[in-house]
Amino acid sequence: MKLVEHFTHGLTSPICLTWELTYACNLSCVHCLSSSGRRDPNELSTAECKAVIDELQRMQVFYVNIGGGEPTVRSDFWELLDYAIAHDVGVKFSTNGVKLDRERAAQLARTDYVDVQISLDGATAEVNDHVRGPGSYDTAIRAMENLYEAGFGEFKISVVVTRQNVDQLDDFKAIADRYGAQLRITRFRPSGRGADSWDELHPTREQQRQLYDWLVAKGEDVLTGDSFFHLSAFGQELPGLNLCGAGRVVCLIDPVGDVYACPFAIHDQFLAGNVRSEGGFQGVWQDSELFAELRGPQSGGACTKCSHYDACQGGCMAAKFFTGLPLDGPDPECVLGNGEVALAKLEMDTVIPKPSLDHSHRTERGPRKDGGPVPLTLSVRRPDKACDTDPLAGEGRRLPAGIRAH
Amino acid sequence: MTAAPAEAQTSAGAFDPARPYRLSTSVSVRPESFGALVYDFHTRRLSFLKTKPLVRVVEVLADHDDVHGALVTAEVPEAQRDQYLRALAGLASAGTIQRRDAGT
Repeated sequence: MKLVEHFTHGLTSPICLTWELTYACNLSCVHCLSSSGRRDPNELSTAECKAVIDELQRMQVFYVNIGGGEPTVRSDFWELLDYAIAHDVGVKFSTNGVKLDRERAAQLARTDYVDVQISLDGATAEVNDHVRGPGSYDTAIRAMENLYEAGFGEFKISVVVTRQNVDQLDDFKAIADRYGAQLRITRFRPSGRGADSWDELHPTREQQRQLYDWLVAKGEDVLTGDSFFHLSAFGQELPGLNLCGAGRVVCLIDPVGDVYACPFAIHDQFLAGNVRSEGGFQGVWQDSELFAELRGPQSGGACTKCSHYDACQGGCMAAKFFTGLPLDGPDPECVLGNGEVALAKLEMDTVIPKPSLDHSHRTERGPRKDGGPVPLTLSVRRPDKACDTDPLAGEGRRLPAGIRAH
Repeated sequence: MTAAPAEAQTSAGAFDPARPYRLSTSVSVRPESFGALVYDFHTRRLSFLKTKPLVRVVEVLADHDDVHGALVTAEVPEAQRDQYLRALAGLASAGTIQRRDAGT
């Protein structure tokens, strides 16, 4: 059996575990995969987090990707970081940089087994702040400067590729080089608030090709988290596993301890259990019915007849799910255009699943920068109930493509 | 921050199966159905031992004065030994295993 087939059947512990420590965040990014903003009152306590770390150590989960929300706004973040490292669980954490002042940067530079990933979604303030909010570009750059000056070494700059920044890939690389950082680019998914900004932000088909060509030409020392395997159908396979790792080698622990198959799938349908249950995280990873199902044979539906199926494997489960496509159908960004055809065929009464949780700030974010047109995505969804007369009031159903607003 | 993979550098040099080796101190091995996952806390590199006998070889390296002895203990068939030595040479150059007598 080839190695990748073993991965398909699942491992004794995850290789890539994302742990979101809090739903609290100082920003309100329009594409936030976890709809973060406000802390959840039921979030794991410091003691519970430490118990999870103990368990990860026993399971030999060598490192975790910590995110949120903004993990550093948890007052016990630095304590948990030290605790994990002391228990042989290396930490890579994602941050918007808000807490990375000179002092923290120096502290991190002195710490082994910690990796920092600064989120940046535009190589210019204009492009970045449109998605991540006013001032967020300056915050990120300041954090990078602090890490660089503290001699931290090679931190990561993490970019979600969108319609607006796909032309800036070389510029992102230049920023990474300037601060001695490594560039990481990942796929935008319609998860969390990403569902609301998907139509505006997801790269066009031409841009998918442009992205693929860039990865082939210049992607050698660029990290991708294996997230662009659907693009392999353009030709040569991209480096990485080229398979959906959900529940097999990947999973998510959310701030309240719920375990989901993947960070982009915060929905009851992909909920495998909770770390607070009797068997703990290990019990969920090893015994959950959902994960057993994901590790079993998967049906590729009509896609299996496609000559590119071996390359793309049907694409991303979360991207299909949150655009209303069947899980055994094509990816919405199928490079052959089959996703677009399938989306156009969706019936009027197709229910588009919404994330099960929403911790978004209740207030609207401040106005975007003046000076240009305001990009506005009109809702493409119909009211949930027949009695909701305002067609913009509800969400959950998709209009037929012919009358969709663009 | 990124710790320098110092040991990997100092113990470099050609892989010599006549010498004593061991698993590098910064490396952790996690058994899996196919063999094992190997993680190096210094280089942050994740790699794989793709057969169970190879896992066994790596585990018993430290008990032997040379690599050949470990291959015997792990019951690697004669016909496969060259193949295993090549795999071990790869592990040595990646810093996964290191010479016990390095620098002497």
